[in-house]
Amino acid sequence: MFKRIFFCALLCLFVGSCKREQRQFTTPPATFKSYDVTMSDIRPGVGGLPQPVQNPSDQRAYDTSEGKRLFSQYNCSGCHFNGGGGIGPPLMDEKWIYGDRPENIYSTIVEGRPNGMPSFRQKIPDAQVQQLVAYVRSMSGQLPKDVAPTRNDTMNARRSEQRTERKSPQQTTAPPQ
Amino acid sequence: MSETNTFRRVCLGLLAPAVVLCLSSCGGIQNAVNPAGPLAGKLSQLWWLMFVVCSIVFVLVMIAVLMSLRRRTGDSPDEIPPMVEPPLEEERRRRNVVISAVSITIVILFVFLIVSYSSGRAVSANRPDKVGLVIELTGHQWWWEVRYSDVDASNIFTTANEIHIPVGVPVTFSLRGGDVIHSFWVPNLAGKKDLIPGKINTLWLQADKPGVYRGQCAEYCGLQHAKMALWVIAEPQEQFNAWRQNATQSSIPPSTDSQKRGQQVFFSTTCVMCHAINGTAAGSNIGPNLTHVGSRHMIAAATLENTRDHMAQWIRDSQTFKPGNKMPQNNLSDADLQALVDYLQSLK
Amino acid sequence: MSSEEIEKRDEPRPKKVSRVEMEEEDLAAVMERERGELERTWARPRGLRGWFTDTDHKTVAMRYIITAFIFFILGGIEAALMRIQLSRPENHFLNPDRYNQIFTVHGTTMMFLFAVPIMTAMGIYLVPLMVGARDVAFPRLNLYGYFVYLIGGVLLYAGFFLNTGPDAGWFAYVPLSGPAYSPGKRVDIWAQMITFTEISALVGAIVVIGTAFKMRAPGMSLHRLPLFVWAQVVTSFMIIFAMPAVMLASSFLASDRLIDTHFFNPAEGGDAILYQHLFWFFGHPEVYIIFIPALGFISPIVVTFARRKIFGYVAMVLSLTTTAFLGFGLWVHHMFATPIPQMGQSFFTAASMMISIPSGVQIFCWIATLWGSKLNIKTPLLFVLGFFAIFIIGGLTGVMLASVPLDLQIHDTFFVVAHLHYVLIGGAVFPLFGAFYYWFPKWTGRLLSEWAGRLNFWLMFIGFNLVFFPMHQLGLNGMPRRVYTYLPETGWGTLNLIASIGAFILASGVLVFIINAFWAYRAGVVAGDNPWGADSLEWSTSSPPPNYNFHNLPVVQGRYPIWQATADAPVVRGLSTTKRETLVTSVLDAQPELRFDIPGPSIWPALVAVATGVSFVIGIFTPWAFLAGAILAGITLTGWFFADPNYENKVARETGKRSQGVSPQPELQPKQV
Repeated sequence: MFKRIFFCALLCLFVGSCKREQRQFTTPPATFKSYDVTMSDIRPGVGGLPQPVQNPSDQRAYDTSEGKRLFSQYNCSGCHFNGGGGIGPPLMDEKWIYGDRPENIYSTIVEGRPNGMPSFRQKIPDAQVQQLVAYVRSMSGQLPKDVAPTRNDTMNARRSEQRTERKSPQQTTAPPQ
Repeated sequence: MSETNTFRRVCLGLLAPAVVLCLSSCGGIQNAVNPAGPLAGKLSQLWWLMFVVCSIVFVLVMIAVLMSLRRRTGDSPDEIPPMVEPPLEEERRRRNVVISAVSITIVILFVFLIVSYSSGRAVSANRPDKVGLVIELTGHQWWWEVRYSDVDASNIFTTANEIHIPVGVPVTFSLRGGDVIHSFWVPNLAGKKDLIPGKINTLWLQADKPGVYRGQCAEYCGLQHAKMALWVIAEPQEQFNAWRQNATQSSIPPSTDSQKRGQQVFFSTTCVMCHAINGTAAGSNIGPNLTHVGSRHMIAAATLENTRDHMAQWIRDSQTFKPGNKMPQNNLSDADLQALVDYLQSLK
Repeated sequence: MSSEEIEKRDEPRPKKVSRVEMEEEDLAAVMERERGELERTWARPRGLRGWFTDTDHKTVAMRYIITAFIFFILGGIEAALMRIQLSRPENHFLNPDRYNQIFTVHGTTMMFLFAVPIMTAMGIYLVPLMVGARDVAFPRLNLYGYFVYLIGGVLLYAGFFLNTGPDAGWFAYVPLSGPAYSPGKRVDIWAQMITFTEISALVGAIVVIGTAFKMRAPGMSLHRLPLFVWAQVVTSFMIIFAMPAVMLASSFLASDRLIDTHFFNPAEGGDAILYQHLFWFFGHPEVYIIFIPALGFISPIVVTFARRKIFGYVAMVLSLTTTAFLGFGLWVHHMFATPIPQMGQSFFTAASMMISIPSGVQIFCWIATLWGSKLNIKTPLLFVLGFFAIFIIGGLTGVMLASVPLDLQIHDTFFVVAHLHYVLIGGAVFPLFGAFYYWFPKWTGRLLSEWAGRLNFWLMFIGFNLVFFPMHQLGLNGMPRRVYTYLPETGWGTLNLIASIGAFILASGVLVFIINAFWAYRAGVVAGDNPWGADSLEWSTSSPPPNYNFHNLPVVQGRYPIWQATADAPVVRGLSTTKRETLVTSVLDAQPELRFDIPGPSIWPALVAVATGVSFVIGIFTPWAFLAGAILAGITLTGWFFADPNYENKVARETGKRSQGVSPQPELQPKQV
């Protein structure tokens, strides 16, 4: 009987921790196409909001860590700094101008946005955009704690993403400074 | 089984591998006992000294062990009375033998220590007379960034995974860790030194004969530790100067249509995010500098020979060759890919 | 003080516990009654309860041994997988991610889950028997140690099977193992597993030291202590001094990863090299923690088969202690490629070379013991001879690695892989298998098959040399360690193929042992008390030993108690047969000091282990687990200390019979004890 309980516990563990440790090296076909920005809940015609899309990178610790690396290497930090914003809007707060959903952030990176956010279409492969999206969301605590990155090996300007408390996203129309 | 047979087998079993070791340890461009420079030469001498002395010690001890087994019996233990107080005379003799054996061990170790210390001084990096060419080497997951420093700023240039050095000139390496700890090791030229984040380690080496020597990262550094290699190419001074002269130049502008299209592909896709080509707008230093990539012998950290086919396959699907490396897969059309390869190969 | 003087001082002791004269038939009846009482008093809980409460040192040690052997097999399977992957260049049997996990888990298993625990376990089983005690000093603590170890092992393998196996190498250098380069929970599992095995090793060390120092039979002064026990004591002291360093290393690493500390972050004032110093300050003594107990197996085997006293007992003991001291002074030879001043390096070169002197002394002494003796070579001795051949090669390559300049060439290559396996398999696993063959009859009452034993030895010996000898050459040819594959142009293919073939021969040798053990357990030749005609006390009791080990604790008359026992050898009388009671003796001369109640079966150690497990396993995910764990541990420890003070009555109740009129006969009480 004890054996059975033990194996059941093991099975639960299996289910729980599969995704977190995955390292996906070969790029699967992109799951995100281009999405419209949803600025409001009011939509023309019938049908509700588009189905939210799951970002596979949201569940993989390796991907968020890669996202963190790319965030500084691709110089996202040049405008957004360590998430506190400056030239670009802050990413670690609860305010979102163009949406907080993974597909919104994806579009923001791929299409670019007015007032300075350049388009990275073709420049960053889809898999890496997904990693960046996951990382950007981890900056405001949107990801599970065991998936979000921990501190980096440089000067740390703020708490690590893993220890950032979760902010509930709010839509704002404030233009970026 | 008969006892003598057992002994013979033991002896053979012990000797055969030793002979194989002696015979098969010559040749190779990545071999510690095939030295091509004064440092590796010293180390190789030290190795052979220790190997020979240790082999002799081993054989002598094994002979002693086998000799101690020469009186055998099939009797059950009860038939032999245990000897709690063996004859004193005999014990004293044995004690003398053991003491002399230990003394010889100590003498041998002392000789080893002195030889090792003097060899150590010879290969030590803190030798002001040994500063010739200075190369800054930075280890990244999983490639080598090579920066030739010079008092004249226009002579400073950066390349990757392929180090050219002049023959007969001491070269000092300043070793830095870019991310995790790596270790720089070109066995034919010198011993290894670690590249540690937050520290600067130095190593000097010298090649006495021209040739290609392969080195490999020797400190486990993650997924592609196995394929983080580099080439050290030792060439005569004039040849080196010519190479260096070329290396300080900006990239060659594209001349054919295909090359021009290739350059456009480079700038409009993912390449430009990580790689730099001096003399163009591409200036990112995340991946290896490609200013003269066409002139390199190997790509992918000395893993693939630099041919058009390899380069095309590598760009399209690097993850198959080196799973986990930081270069993404690219969905380029065949025409774009060929143009890109044309352009990159033209960067001599 | 010379040994003769100590000998003289020992003379008068036995009279304190002299045998009481009585009529023959009375004696027989008293003995019979006492035996029955001892059986009841020391009865072990059976069934499911027994699984969690049995504190008998033999049970706990046997669980350790079997668990550790299972981990040995798992580690061996991982090794075989690696050898398949490396058998040819550019093999795609394993991807690098999987390979890195496998070699890390292989190293971690073999070092932390197999070698150290199984060596301690041999001590936990044999030390009380060798010194003539009823049980170990702290049986409940001992049981706790086992559960903690088990939790640590299960944690590592649960993680491994869930793709969360650590992948930063068994010494997990930062920054690679740090938060920035090892995302996920893989390395955290490694760090916490280290904590578990540390606790269990420390517990084992304390138990062994306590038993060996305070529970020896009267007459067994320190200079009569069996070399096996000396080796265990020396190892235990090494554990106590070495483990705190790795505890710091792994805790710093875990807190860097979990709560953003900066111990190893150079950008914020930390230091990556600090980790290496901390780790190797433990890591090098660790090798001797594995190796010294193995030396302790060899001495009794050599003495038994040579049928003469050990040559140079004092030299052997001094060598063991010297090894232990020097073992702490040479950790830097693992770090010669880091920036360390040459003078400092030379010090560590000298220390590293010096440590081969005590090893040499011991090998020469064993040869001197064997020299000229009429030998009946049985499997245990065969394994010892295999040890000589293999370990000496490992020791000599160790001298090469101690030399700074040469080390810079062969460090972190397959040469080191060859060296460490020659030292650890040759120096520890071969003696361990010899010890299995030697003590198996004591554990089970049956002899292992001699024929299968020889087959086992030759398969292992030939297989081992085939795997690891070519690796020396591979290292010199430039093959770094921990590579998941290599290019065909390197020319390493042939030697790697030979090594891979050898791996399967080696594995078949181990398989023969397993079959042999299963067969002998059921159908082996019945051994009797002392099948080898050996000299030490464990052979004076029955095979397998009764729960109480000895009916009457023996009084030791010499260094070789059985061989030197006179016909009218005295025994210790007057210990209670209705309480779990043993004799505490003085540290130096083993003079009886007091009678001591040994705790019996209890559920609390298991519960405290669960509390420990909760705090460290959940602590991987949230630091709050440590708070919860501290509260849980507080509750369970309170239970351990206060809730069950009256265990001896409980034992009597269990057997359905309250103690009545079974107190020791007054006339049997020794006067002064």
